[in-house]
Amino acid sequence: MSGFSVIAPGVLSLLQDSGRVGQAALGLTTGGPMDVPSAAWANRLLGNSSNATLIECSVGGLQLRAETHIFIAVTGAILPLSINGKAVEQWTVQQVQAGDVIELGMVSKGLRAYIAVAGGFNITPQFGSSATVLREGIGGLNGNKLQAGDKLGAQTVNKLQRQRLPARYRPQFNQTLTLRLIEGYQASSFSTTERQRFYLNSYKVTPQADRMGYKLKGAAIQCQQTQLLSEGICYGAVQIPPDGQPIVLLNDRQTLGGYPKIGSVLSLDCALLAQAGAGTEVYFTPISPQQAHNALCLAKVRSDAITSQLVNL
Amino acid sequence: MSKPQYQLTIAGENALMLYFEQRIDPAISALVQQACALIKAELADDVVDILPSYASVLVIYNPFSTDLYRVQAQLQHCLAQLQTGDSHSGKLVELPVYYSKESGPDLALIAQTKNISIDEVIKRHQAISYRVYAIGFAPGFAYLGEVDPLLQMPRLATPRAKVPRGAVAIADRQTAVYPAPSPGGWNLIGLCPTRMFNPQAEPAMPVAVGDEVRFVAIDKAEFIRLGGELLDAAPTGAKP
Repeated sequence: MSGFSVIAPGVLSLLQDSGRVGQAALGLTTGGPMDVPSAAWANRLLGNSSNATLIECSVGGLQLRAETHIFIAVTGAILPLSINGKAVEQWTVQQVQAGDVIELGMVSKGLRAYIAVAGGFNITPQFGSSATVLREGIGGLNGNKLQAGDKLGAQTVNKLQRQRLPARYRPQFNQTLTLRLIEGYQASSFSTTERQRFYLNSYKVTPQADRMGYKLKGAAIQCQQTQLLSEGICYGAVQIPPDGQPIVLLNDRQTLGGYPKIGSVLSLDCALLAQAGAGTEVYFTPISPQQAHNALCLAKVRSDAITSQLVNL
Repeated sequence: MSKPQYQLTIAGENALMLYFEQRIDPAISALVQQACALIKAELADDVVDILPSYASVLVIYNPFSTDLYRVQAQLQHCLAQLQTGDSHSGKLVELPVYYSKESGPDLALIAQTKNISIDEVIKRHQAISYRVYAIGFAPGFAYLGEVDPLLQMPRLATPRAKVPRGAVAIADRQTAVYPAPSPGGWNLIGLCPTRMFNPQAEPAMPVAVGDEVRFVAIDKAEFIRLGGELLDAAPTGAKP
């Protein structure tokens, strides 16, 4: 099979498409890239569909050997990227030849890098998606993370317009984040005082932060309701367990849960949180559902506009 | 007949919660099922996922094809067709269980706590036909209710690091079959050889929300014949 072989998988490399939707009734979570905008840019630079399968490489260390002539793009966290030992730019379409070795070093800013290839990796979908969810053993190659020796199918592409995303449009990885939150779920069961405490204080990202969710540490907040019937959990939902420390539930979250939730973080901001390491300072700020909708639509219009003025190389 | 009461609450940027009266009740569960069917039929163009549970439905919509006001209006319109009464249409599924001390390490604890015999625990667990109220937590994990009041046991104080696939378990008013090995804090009373989630099978699950489940005792030989495996559950409090 032509495509790529994995020389070294790095810390945690997972095949992901845009996620597994419509399967929640079986208890299957969505998966998908933790930093959606960065993953989308990798595919967009190559002219791929937004659902094309790419690799999310957390923390770095992935090495691939190309076994076909093709084009690639690496986005997301900042890391040293090289082809055959020669440094090349991220956020830029790069041409590779059969035999070339692509190496992603360790991240220096951010946590998760994305490597996409023209046409996407050719992975058989499970339940409608190639997204790897380790906890479920679903997606990717047999539900696993990438391992040395894995073969990843891809097309041969000899011609493609090389493009670069200008630096000013790339994400910043700040040490302080303000996450916009749409109040919802059991928000009315949190007193005004508790809500103020939640918005006025900063929280720190703890080491208990993974693809399921980010546990934060800071001022404990209490909910008048402590137990509820298990109910559906959406992306970005902020769960407040009895210890009062918020957990932002992300891509590999459990589909149902019984802890109170104060609302949900805007998806655009979940992507920033997903790039944040332990110790990052986090604030929450409430926004209305209308402001959230505006922000989503503006981000989409903006990325469409930027796409039309990408720098051709 | 009174109109069913419900409440629509925002959950997130593209998510609405439909809440019914918050209790475990077959009549409420029937409303959840009806609502899911109505939403699937009438909002298919804009709704990307629907998560039913005991007394709620989470509706996820595409924020680039619709907006909150339109979804709220459409939901109110289609939910006006809800009817009270248990319009039960689920199928009956029988699940074989090898109940024993070796396959159900918490049987003795339940019997002792409730001051009944182990045989009585086994008999009572089979006596009820359970409703599938929700599927979640993990793929194929079906929450079944309600358990005989005499068998209701709180979750273990210290969850097990590993519960084997097929473990039949009780927690409070609920019973379930673990679809895959996982940590778990429920009380284990037996093992079921039926795969509750098999990605290679079509359908992947033998049950769906709204179905009825009955447990039927089998002996060890039958359990092995049906493909069951006896693996020790880790003792409670064990580190992984």
